[in-house]
Amino acid sequence: MTDYASLARDAGLARVGARPHLFAYLAEAWSRRAFAVTLASYRIRAANEENRLGLAWVVLGPLLNAVVYGVIFGVFLHTAPNNGPAFIPYLIVGVFIFAFFSDSFSDGAKSVIANAALVKSLSFPRILLPLSSVLQSLFEVIPMVVLMLAIVAVFGEPVTVAWLAVIPVLVLMTMFNTGVALIAARITTHFRDFRQFIQFITRIMFYTTGVFFSLEQYLQGDPALLFIARLNPVHDYIALIRWATVLHSPFDPIFWIIGSVGAVAFFVFGIVYFWAGEETYGRD
Amino acid sequence: MTDLSAADVAPAPLGAPTVVVDGLHVKYRVFASGKATTGKMGERIPRTRGMREVHALKGLSFVVRQGESIGIIGHNGSGKSTLLRTIAGLQPATEGAVYASAQPALLGVNAALLNNLSGDKNVRLGALALGFTPAEIDERADEIIDFAGLEEFRDLPMRTYSSGMQARLRFSIAIAKSQQILMIDEALAVGDKRFRKRSEQRIRDMRDEAGTVFLVSHSISSIMDTCTRVLWIDHGELRLDGDPQTVCDAYLDSTL
Repeated sequence: MTDYASLARDAGLARVGARPHLFAYLAEAWSRRAFAVTLASYRIRAANEENRLGLAWVVLGPLLNAVVYGVIFGVFLHTAPNNGPAFIPYLIVGVFIFAFFSDSFSDGAKSVIANAALVKSLSFPRILLPLSSVLQSLFEVIPMVVLMLAIVAVFGEPVTVAWLAVIPVLVLMTMFNTGVALIAARITTHFRDFRQFIQFITRIMFYTTGVFFSLEQYLQGDPALLFIARLNPVHDYIALIRWATVLHSPFDPIFWIIGSVGAVAFFVFGIVYFWAGEETYGRD
Repeated sequence: MTDLSAADVAPAPLGAPTVVVDGLHVKYRVFASGKATTGKMGERIPRTRGMREVHALKGLSFVVRQGESIGIIGHNGSGKSTLLRTIAGLQPATEGAVYASAQPALLGVNAALLNNLSGDKNVRLGALALGFTPAEIDERADEIIDFAGLEEFRDLPMRTYSSGMQARLRFSIAIAKSQQILMIDEALAVGDKRFRKRSEQRIRDMRDEAGTVFLVSHSISSIMDTCTRVLWIDHGELRLDGDPQTVCDAYLDSTL
């Protein structure tokens, strides 16, 4: 019986498909970054190519969503925060920023299994697929943020230097979303059923994030529950952007702390977790 | 050993091992629905509540050396394509391992492209996926489009292409890159006659550049033309491994 393994070792052959070290893996992914960027921007174009309004749908979709929520929660249910800001800019910030999270989460989760044909025909660091889907969401959120700021300004909010805080918040949020997308992408390859849970998780997040109401106001009698709700980084990113643009209240630094810790923790854990499963992608 | 049909294959002396396949098992989990298939397939597939396991490769071992062109033959579903994908590292091994001197490249026609985008954009995306840098693509894009014979259609979305044109474009992208270990899966059957001739020539060139070539084909004549050694895979097992004449004869006898 031939000992093939030692024969291969003697000939200096490396095992095919072996997972490289984390840093070598990330270096390889970095050298192929053009693929992730191109895939993301082409995807956006391909998704809107057949619509008459084309790329305008990137912002029209969330805008129509905001109108629906505005009518239901602002006109019928009156969830608008009392003696606070105008409801429409408040709501637009919540809906648009939340869409960045929910798109990254759901598209990221699908990113590996939806590209099974690509995974089965070419070898490249698989992390590029979830990264590309987060990039796609990021490319979509940038025009949304511009529109959002324009709407906020139209509603008479003063344009102040505090608006610049939007940039670091989006950086933190991109890190957080990347971590979530990477974790979801790997879980989905192991359990397809996870896709079904995503919409429920997203819905729970939507209602507990204060997209259309103020958590602080509704939970003011229950500090423990409020504290737990604030541990959700998505809430904190939305709160930070609201603070920078539409709220003029004094501001709680706990949001920066939770937002930063959450971003770094999810980003690092997501990368390591996804990398650890590298050899299993492509298995049906 | 008389090797009449491999006259155009250089009788290169065998070099160092380039690919070692060691006790390779591959099992798929398939989410099946509907009635279980019966007969031959049914016996091989144990059923567990809608989910089935297909034991596609059952303990294959062999060594391939520098300068060999390996043909792989077998019936549909015998595990040929799975073997190639596993050697390329695209399909994880369930047990055993594949070792190689370089990253083996699988030349297929199934690379995922975006049908709503133009041929040009798909060339760019496909070439990036293959590992070209953006600068290299700027240089090579015209060449790839020309090879596919799609100059007039490069601005049109790929969904407007005929299936032959789509296959030609995919194939032209796939063969743009030279490889040390090259695997070709039935790709010779793409496109019309003119394109087939051009791509056969390109594959021969690539074979000369590459150290080691694997070819999966149902065409015994193209296996005999291009290979120095043939593996016959039968129901996931290595039935025969030897010179093309012997193995092909035995395979043809078995199908009578």
